Amino acid sequence: MLRLLSLLVLLALPAHSEEIVIGLSRDEVAITANFDGSDVMIFGAVKREAPAPDNGDLEVIITLAGPSESVLVRRKERRLGIWVNTDAVEVDAAPSFYAVATSAPFRETLSEVEDLRYGISIPRVIRSVGAPADVANSETFTEALIRIRAAAGLYQILDNGIDIEEETLFRGQIALPAALTEGDYVARIFITRNGMVVDEYETSIAVYKAGLERWLYEMSRNQPFWYGIMSLAIAISAGWLASAAFRMFQR
Amino acid sequence: MQIYLPIAEVSVNAFLLLGLGGIVGILSGMFGVGGGFLMTPLLFFIGIPPAVAVATEAVQIVASSFSGVLAHLRRKSVDLRMGTVLLIGGLIGAALGVVLFNYLKSLGQVDLLVKLCYVVFLGIIGGLMFIESWRAIRRSKTPGAPPVRRKHGLVHALPLKMKFRVSGLYISVIPPVIVGLCVGVLAAIMGVGGGFIMVPAMIYLLGMPTKVVIGTSLFQIIFVTAFTTMLHATTNFTVDIVLAVLLLVGGVIGAQIGTRIGVKMKAEQLRILLAIMVLVVCGKLALDLLLVPTELYSLGTEGGH
Repeated sequence: MLRLLSLLVLLALPAHSEEIVIGLSRDEVAITANFDGSDVMIFGAVKREAPAPDNGDLEVIITLAGPSESVLVRRKERRLGIWVNTDAVEVDAAPSFYAVATSAPFRETLSEVEDLRYGISIPRVIRSVGAPADVANSETFTEALIRIRAAAGLYQILDNGIDIEEETLFRGQIALPAALTEGDYVARIFITRNGMVVDEYETSIAVYKAGLERWLYEMSRNQPFWYGIMSLAIAISAGWLASAAFRMFQR
Repeated sequence: MQIYLPIAEVSVNAFLLLGLGGIVGILSGMFGVGGGFLMTPLLFFIGIPPAVAVATEAVQIVASSFSGVLAHLRRKSVDLRMGTVLLIGGLIGAALGVVLFNYLKSLGQVDLLVKLCYVVFLGIIGGLMFIESWRAIRRSKTPGAPPVRRKHGLVHALPLKMKFRVSGLYISVIPPVIVGLCVGVLAAIMGVGGGFIMVPAMIYLLGMPTKVVIGTSLFQIIFVTAFTTMLHATTNFTVDIVLAVLLLVGGVIGAQIGTRIGVKMKAEQLRILLAIMVLVVCGKLALDLLLVPTELYSLGTEGGH
């Protein structure tokens, strides 16, 4: 009887008392020759069947991640008076771009446990299986990776980067830098209360080279020989042209 | 104006690249060096990935050397015969160098070796040239001093003699082939055309006149760098043609201006300027190795250098 009752209670509670409805300003980014970065606006609303619960404020977290790849981090040390690369640690997967925007300071929107579970903060999205046993302080390598990429604007933390209105509508903007790699960029939206994730939503934005950029990139991979010949032909004809132009100029 | 480079996957300022190309082009036309040893570090500095910088630099060198050679051909200051002999040695050397480079890469620490190579060779060549040309300038200021006669040493005792009319030499082909070979090996390891080693070698080891040396050096650089361009394009896919075009537009114009400046200057002045430039680059690289770096860590994908 007790078991049946508890089952009924569970059924009565909807899986998500609050759900995300989302919109993107763009679902693709075309990199053309004059590409100079791009802004992606992510906006949405929280759908509810019942009135908003009053246990804590509603917070929103938006992350945008570029394709992951392994990165080799090297450390320099002084040997015989000169600085040389000595230890190296391979970080198994680190996104080429990662931005976390939150509606309040990060730690107020998400508990440590939930961060671990969903992999939201920057150190949590980077996967490093482990350094070779002979490398000391291997965690400093991951820190260095984050520091270098953050300085290049590739890893961004946007505290208070999301506006929420009436606990329902939210809006955030993430600036993509000019130095982007191609691939599917995954946008994840979380709504939280008291640091616990209530609902999550995932969508992707395709980032790809277009036009001349696309054509040249494809050619360099598919017809490398002719691509090389084309480069040399351009070089030789430019050299000749400049020489001819200067001779005309002098007469 | 920002331009996105399709292979390097970074966005750069087009005018900055035109300017850089122009400056390096002027030096190329003046001194007969390809300028790779200057341009490659500059490209690293503005954020181009090293592998792309090295490969793309080769395309720009082909363009500015070709532009420079045409200007020199009109002045008849290119020794085509000597150039060909050096080139034969150079291509064999480059092939050997690539094999050696891959062997060293398998041992690790190839980066360090390349840097040490740069510091040592730039230091020795720059230092010797500086002393020699400084003496030459002082001598030319004291009138009446007898000009130094060319030594008739081992170079003249070897067999297989050949006439090099433009250079005014009648020597064996063995020394130029060996010079070309050594420069080829070094050039392949260091990833440059080798002009800055070739020019002093032609002046001091082969005894060629400075004016002829510049055009001849440019002539052989065209072929060596065209060869490396093809190698990079087909094996590493790292030639960025958009970057190359931006650099070479500046480069070919610069090379024409440089050639005209070079003709108006005295040989020993040219030599001392080249020596100073080589020493400055050497000093900068040496400081990088000796000073505490601001960032101890660096990122790279596996295999890149």
